[in-house]
Amino acid sequence: MSWALVLEQTLNGLQYGVMLFLMAAGLTLVFGIMNLVNLAHGSLYMVGAYLAAAFAEWSGSFVLGVALALPATLLVGIAVEVIALRTLYERDHLDQVLATFGLILFFNELIAIVWGRAAIYTSVPPILGGHFRLLPGVPYPTYRAGIILVGVAVSVLLWCLVTRTRLGMRIRAGASNRTMVSALGVNVRLLYTLVFGLGAALAGLAGAMAGPIYAVQPGMGEAILIQVFVVIVIGGIGSIRGAMVGAIVVGMADTLGRAFLKPMLATVISPPAADKAGPALASMLIYLLMAAVLFFRPEGLFPARSRS
Amino acid sequence: MLEVRALSKRFGGLLASDRIDLDVASGETHAIIGPNGAGKTTLIGQLAGDLRPDDGAIRFMSRDVTRLDAPSRSRLGLARSFQITSIFPELSALDNAALAVQAHRGSSFRFWRPARDERALREPAQKALESVGLGERGGIAAANLAHGEQRQLEIAMALATQPRLLLLDEPVAGMGLEESQRMVRFLATLKGRITIVLVEHDMDAVFTLADRISVMVYGRIIATGTPAEVRANEQVRRAYLGEDAC
Amino acid sequence: MADRRRVITLTVGGVLLALVPPIAALTDQPFYLDLFRRMMIFAIAAVSLDLILGYGGMVSFGHAAYLGIGAYAVGIPAFHGITNGFVQLGLAVVASALVALVIGAISLRTSGVYFIMITLAFAQMLYYLGISLETYGGDNGMRLASRSRFGGPIDLAQPAIFYYVVLAILVGLLVLGRRLVASRFGMVIRAAKANEPRARAIGFSTVRYKLTAFVIAGGTAGLAGALLANQTEYLTPDFMHWTRSGEIMFMVILGGMGSLFGPVIGAVAFLLLEDVLSALTAHWQIILGPILILVVLFAKRGLFGLLSGSRID
Repeated sequence: MSWALVLEQTLNGLQYGVMLFLMAAGLTLVFGIMNLVNLAHGSLYMVGAYLAAAFAEWSGSFVLGVALALPATLLVGIAVEVIALRTLYERDHLDQVLATFGLILFFNELIAIVWGRAAIYTSVPPILGGHFRLLPGVPYPTYRAGIILVGVAVSVLLWCLVTRTRLGMRIRAGASNRTMVSALGVNVRLLYTLVFGLGAALAGLAGAMAGPIYAVQPGMGEAILIQVFVVIVIGGIGSIRGAMVGAIVVGMADTLGRAFLKPMLATVISPPAADKAGPALASMLIYLLMAAVLFFRPEGLFPARSRS
Repeated sequence: MLEVRALSKRFGGLLASDRIDLDVASGETHAIIGPNGAGKTTLIGQLAGDLRPDDGAIRFMSRDVTRLDAPSRSRLGLARSFQITSIFPELSALDNAALAVQAHRGSSFRFWRPARDERALREPAQKALESVGLGERGGIAAANLAHGEQRQLEIAMALATQPRLLLLDEPVAGMGLEESQRMVRFLATLKGRITIVLVEHDMDAVFTLADRISVMVYGRIIATGTPAEVRANEQVRRAYLGEDAC
Repeated sequence: MADRRRVITLTVGGVLLALVPPIAALTDQPFYLDLFRRMMIFAIAAVSLDLILGYGGMVSFGHAAYLGIGAYAVGIPAFHGITNGFVQLGLAVVASALVALVIGAISLRTSGVYFIMITLAFAQMLYYLGISLETYGGDNGMRLASRSRFGGPIDLAQPAIFYYVVLAILVGLLVLGRRLVASRFGMVIRAAKANEPRARAIGFSTVRYKLTAFVIAGGTAGLAGALLANQTEYLTPDFMHWTRSGEIMFMVILGGMGSLFGPVIGAVAFLLLEDVLSALTAHWQIILGPILILVVLFAKRGLFGLLSGSRID
């Protein structure tokens, strides 16, 4: 276990955390402002990944593929919101859960019809390929570093949007007190659509960037969605700051856990036992973490809702 | 019966309860009045056990209940009604009252015998309904009762728990003139037998029922005394009664 | 009047179910015996979910986890040569009840959106745990070494006998369930669903009762899982996947939640629908998805509500 390895895995954890944040930011806003449980958020991630791959193939450029996938996913998101989700705002959570679950089935199958069930692999574009020298003797994949940078940039942009603009102010107000916002005469319908669209675009971005590193296949959204839920629960619903903290925590815990739990365990128990227990424990780690946080703070670390 | 000492509660920058002191004697009917935003609802919440105070203590029947949750306080004999009608809508009025009885009579970890067959639950429930004038309406789903009847049901449920202290949050809120007068007359029949703490805006009700009144403004109690004393109090007149009281 | 309709619907349903094995034998279609048995097993799971969802208002999206635990409670002992059905079933119920206790104790500290996500997350955790159990097949799962043995005339290898065992368990469960929801305990659960602050204000520490219901439901689902393992003779972590939870939840809604009997109809209808659709096209889920959405939006009362014409007590 060298320091180079630790550093590399830490950065990987950060990179994964960035992806989680992109997903979590949109989802937590939708939860917080529209009080909508949207299980189909992962489907938008999947749509982003597939669209990016398709556009990249069509245009020959990876970057163009990503750039086109963003507005495309945004449009898909808005379409979903207008057609299917508007009626759900008034409904209780059970209805929302079930209806968005139906959406997941629909999207997964739609993708399978168009692209087939087998995973498609997109390759990292040459400009972003290979490694760069992070430190002497420590190479790091350029692409992953790129993701981290994009993530940080988006976080900063999002932060500015939420804290410095009128729209952001309405979003924050909506997250902490929905009825008040509509009472103040804000066009709630438009706000909802915008927020949902923003979330869709972020999810699409995450999906588009995910292509080269993770498998692109039907159902990919659900795998990451559960972890996004954990992020939001830990961070607190409705809070971007919470999503950020939660995403880093979960991203790090998951990545470092998978990398180091087995060897760490092997120092205290026998290697064959560690071989079995290590991966099992690693996959359970973030959920145990979630349980621990909930035990002390059932509302997460930074809940947006005021105590009422 | 009830002693409140230095009760304080903050919401972010807002001091909703500011070192409140309150004493309610057994059998007394004590009203709490004050303009909107004075912090009456917060006070009720802390007395009932829904809100944890940041500071201070509440003693009920010589027991420190500050850290007890709402169900525990109810089991000690502290019943409450809600400002916005809060009942079990799909269940019948009798079921509603029977549940209140059930909470205080034996264990509810019973899995076999139908609760509706238990006379020990139905009879006290029916009596509670009759006492508020809903005797004939027991079979109706609570959601289908008129608004005034639902407020009566709330009181019936509170009474069905055989409380020592009744905490009423705006019992005549939203009631027409005749209905609220009926409610006030009914509450008057409870005077002396049960200790009552009530929050109200309706001044007729307050001055009819209260033995003593506390006036709250901006989270503080600025005056406590008999209705006559409070009416005469200069501070109170300025802060509250001088303005438009409903 | 509505009561009579309900009794008639139920009696007819029960008789029909009991007649499936002889009819299947007469028409030489053993497939249907298998299908209906599968439906009844899922009906047991759906009924258990209805207890906490329909009556308790707890939207637990991780109910399939208990099915999985029950299944592995049969599979793992069988793998090691322990085939005593009583031991396996007992283990299934106890193990899933215990897990439900732990998960419920943590999850019930929250409510609303948090509760849904947490139950989902915990179930997925168990799914990943199942995948990591290499000895027991991991990702691919494993064949059931042998069916549960009960001794005497109860031989699960005989399709009809196995069928009637499941039917008996289902009927027994429904009887117990009806008693449960009408009992003092049932009333508290229903009150907690209707208006939890009110229930607490009159003196019920609702969390204790909800947790108890959660454990009962979990244990029952574990029993269903044990039966399912015997049914399919193959078990995989997929039993616990959260999409399975969604399907069970759909059975409850489709049939009519808050009725106990509705979920039985829901399970039958859902699996029939799945059967019919998958025969039509390999991409049947693209039809199922919108159907589910439409049911949620327009047919919340479910089939039982439509058939028996009444709103449940």
